[in-house]
Amino acid sequence: MGFAVGEAAARARGPAGASRGVQGLGLRAVVLMAGRVVGAVGLLRHCGRRAVVAALALSWCAVLSPAAFAARSDVVVGMAIEPQGLDPTGAAPVAIGQVTWQNIYQGLVRIDRDGKIQPQLAERWTVSDDGRTYTFALRQGVKFHNGEAFDASTAKFALDRARGANSTNPQKQFFSVIDAVTAQDPATLVVTLKEPAGNLLYWLGWPASVMVEPKSAQVNKTEPVGTGPFKFVRWAKGDRIVLERDPNYWNAAQPARIQRVTFRFIGDPQAQAAALRAGDVDAFPEFGAPELYGNFQKDNRFVAVVGNTELKVVAGMNNQRKPFDDKRVRQALMLAIDRPLLIEGAWSGLGQAIGSHYTPNDPGFVDLTGVYASDKAKARSLLSEAGYPNGFTFTIKVPQMSYATRSAEVLQAMLAEIGVTMTIVPTEFPAKWVSEVMTGHDFDMTIVGHAEPMDIGIYARPDYYFGYRNAAFNDTIRRAEQTTDEEGRLRLYGEAQTMLAEDVPALFLFVMPKLGIWDRKLKGFWANEPIPSNDLTEVVWED
Amino acid sequence: MIALIGRRAAGLVLTLALVSIVVFVVTDVLPGDPAAIMLGTSARPDTLAALRQELGLDQPAIARYLAWVGGLLTGSFGTSITYGVPVAGLIAERLAVTLPLAGLSIVIAMILALPLGIAAGYRRDEPLDYGAMAFAQTALTLPNFWIGLILILIFSTWLGWFPAGGFPGWSAGLLKALQALLLPAVALALPQAGILTRVARTAIVELAGDDFVRAARGKGLSQHVILWRHIVPNALVPIITILGLQFTFLIAGAVLVENVFSLPGLGRLAFQAVAQRDLVVLQSVILLFATLVIVVNFLVDLCYLLLDPRLRDAR
Repeated sequence: MGFAVGEAAARARGPAGASRGVQGLGLRAVVLMAGRVVGAVGLLRHCGRRAVVAALALSWCAVLSPAAFAARSDVVVGMAIEPQGLDPTGAAPVAIGQVTWQNIYQGLVRIDRDGKIQPQLAERWTVSDDGRTYTFALRQGVKFHNGEAFDASTAKFALDRARGANSTNPQKQFFSVIDAVTAQDPATLVVTLKEPAGNLLYWLGWPASVMVEPKSAQVNKTEPVGTGPFKFVRWAKGDRIVLERDPNYWNAAQPARIQRVTFRFIGDPQAQAAALRAGDVDAFPEFGAPELYGNFQKDNRFVAVVGNTELKVVAGMNNQRKPFDDKRVRQALMLAIDRPLLIEGAWSGLGQAIGSHYTPNDPGFVDLTGVYASDKAKARSLLSEAGYPNGFTFTIKVPQMSYATRSAEVLQAMLAEIGVTMTIVPTEFPAKWVSEVMTGHDFDMTIVGHAEPMDIGIYARPDYYFGYRNAAFNDTIRRAEQTTDEEGRLRLYGEAQTMLAEDVPALFLFVMPKLGIWDRKLKGFWANEPIPSNDLTEVVWED
Repeated sequence: MIALIGRRAAGLVLTLALVSIVVFVVTDVLPGDPAAIMLGTSARPDTLAALRQELGLDQPAIARYLAWVGGLLTGSFGTSITYGVPVAGLIAERLAVTLPLAGLSIVIAMILALPLGIAAGYRRDEPLDYGAMAFAQTALTLPNFWIGLILILIFSTWLGWFPAGGFPGWSAGLLKALQALLLPAVALALPQAGILTRVARTAIVELAGDDFVRAARGKGLSQHVILWRHIVPNALVPIITILGLQFTFLIAGAVLVENVFSLPGLGRLAFQAVAQRDLVVLQSVILLFATLVIVVNFLVDLCYLLLDPRLRDAR
């Protein structure tokens, strides 16, 4: 999950956590009502404004040629979290990729809006029969924003840097399978592997695998240099990052359609809503407050699209600790949960129930919500069978993000119905949570969103916080990772999903929706988020 | 008097030295490893070790403290773990938002509160007094972030006169920058104005019964002269005390309002630094807060000396 978790978590709530906590329910209700009033008044004003605009437009059309109505060439995009540095190859926070990936930096390959792998700086590639040698034919004539050329030696530098001894790459494990990288000639890169790795191309499409060049690599954290359609201009810390279209972009056939992009960082959900309504921000690809979302769906100035993310909200259990070392106990807890009701309570009904650690976005998804669908009688009998006829008491360590606290409150009520008492222990995220739960393994249950795509393999890690040990599962994951044939690999991932659904190492709850809101005239945003990102290459104003 | 100021200044330096030790120790024992936070949960032990070394976190605490203080003395605040840029520049950027914001709030609070408080004290138990006290009570009960939300609702969303938040920077022009700061300044100023109104009123009421005022009345001075020449100047001592306290509160305590208006101020920088365990930034910002509090107190004391000649003879 990487910072994935932290970021994603924070994305859903933002650093305004403390303030919202203080407000309490009463204020929240007042604010909600206020939001509705704004919506209504906004609508009235809007109608008036539209009439005036239409009249003006008609009168001007008579005088001016259509060329006079040039579309806007800049866009202001809102994000909840400000990135920590701008080098996705140096730190994990999701927000880094959401600003830079595909906008500033590009990879050998990329992941498209449907989650499919597409060629990028590598035009095509061949894989040897044993699945251990990848030969990439690199695109020629590509230049970095600082004028340096991209070729096989740059690509070799980028990959060797990511897997090197001093690398702080957040996904270093992706590259550990690489045995050698060779620049055969400027246009040909050969990557040989220690063992076959069916996910290699997918991994190379991630933000952590983007191409950087030697001269700028050290300062990418503050002055990013890549091969993408936008150049970095300015970062006003705490407020905004500005990018501009690169006039020398290598792909002249498909340049960015917007001249200037400004990312603005607004953590507080009320402030996000206000910024959209006041026109300060044109788009919020991931809006933070589901309870305010309905107002935007009704407001015809905006388009509000509910998409899927990769963020899986799960309540992980300490599988090494009693009573969670007993599979029947974990299954009983899963049976006690009514997922649609939980989603209603935690995220205003927006979000999709899951039965395993996989999202409907991911290739090879199997719907397993039926395996332990809500059944309280069965849950009670399983508990008795496991030796807990009168239930038991345990604690859950809950990060301060709103999706986590709300979900935990609903869980508490649902588990009480089968006689299980859950005590909520607020745990500061990320610092305290990482040290206590993640590295210290000191917890009964916890709840976080795992943001990284296709990260089902975390259950096969012996030292991971769930403490889940299943040799058959590990074997399935290993075989899946080594299978280069797509169909076979996805079948194995299907088996792995089923194993998790049956073993319940964590309570699989729901996939966080991507609550996108943008101006009605803006086109080209991604509806779904197969990888955490804000690819703005195709974004454009249209009337 | 010079000796008095000298002693105060020496005390100031000693306090700062002590504060720096406390700040370092307190932030250093916070749970959570900045490197682990940056790398996330996928981090491998070797990656973590490489980053800890890169950030200098593998050094012992004493070495890190000395490096920090040594840096401070030479004007270098170190490098932010989060942003990877010098902390001094980061703080300067934030001060360029926070200081004008706090200054503007104080000015607004004074413009609202002083005439109202003085008038209320002067016209005690009259409708004007009741009105002023009702205003003061209301203003100080409302949380400032809530006032902020309401101001955004009215002036940004409905009327569209002001941006709903953010700060374009002073480079965008004085007018634009002030436009961005005005609503948050008002949100911060209202509760302050409530307190200030009450303090001003109480000061006037109390002084009105003092001997020197009776003496002035006995000399046959007009009501106006008594108020403006005798009562108001003496009322300034408690008012300035409160202003000093409010200013330091505005610098350090504006986090909620900065969040509502997404302003890149010092409070929010400190808040973020805690969440990300950016210790270098956190330590420097807290030390700066402490310095500001101490310096403002020092200035308030100097004001007393200027206002009240009797204090100058004190030890």
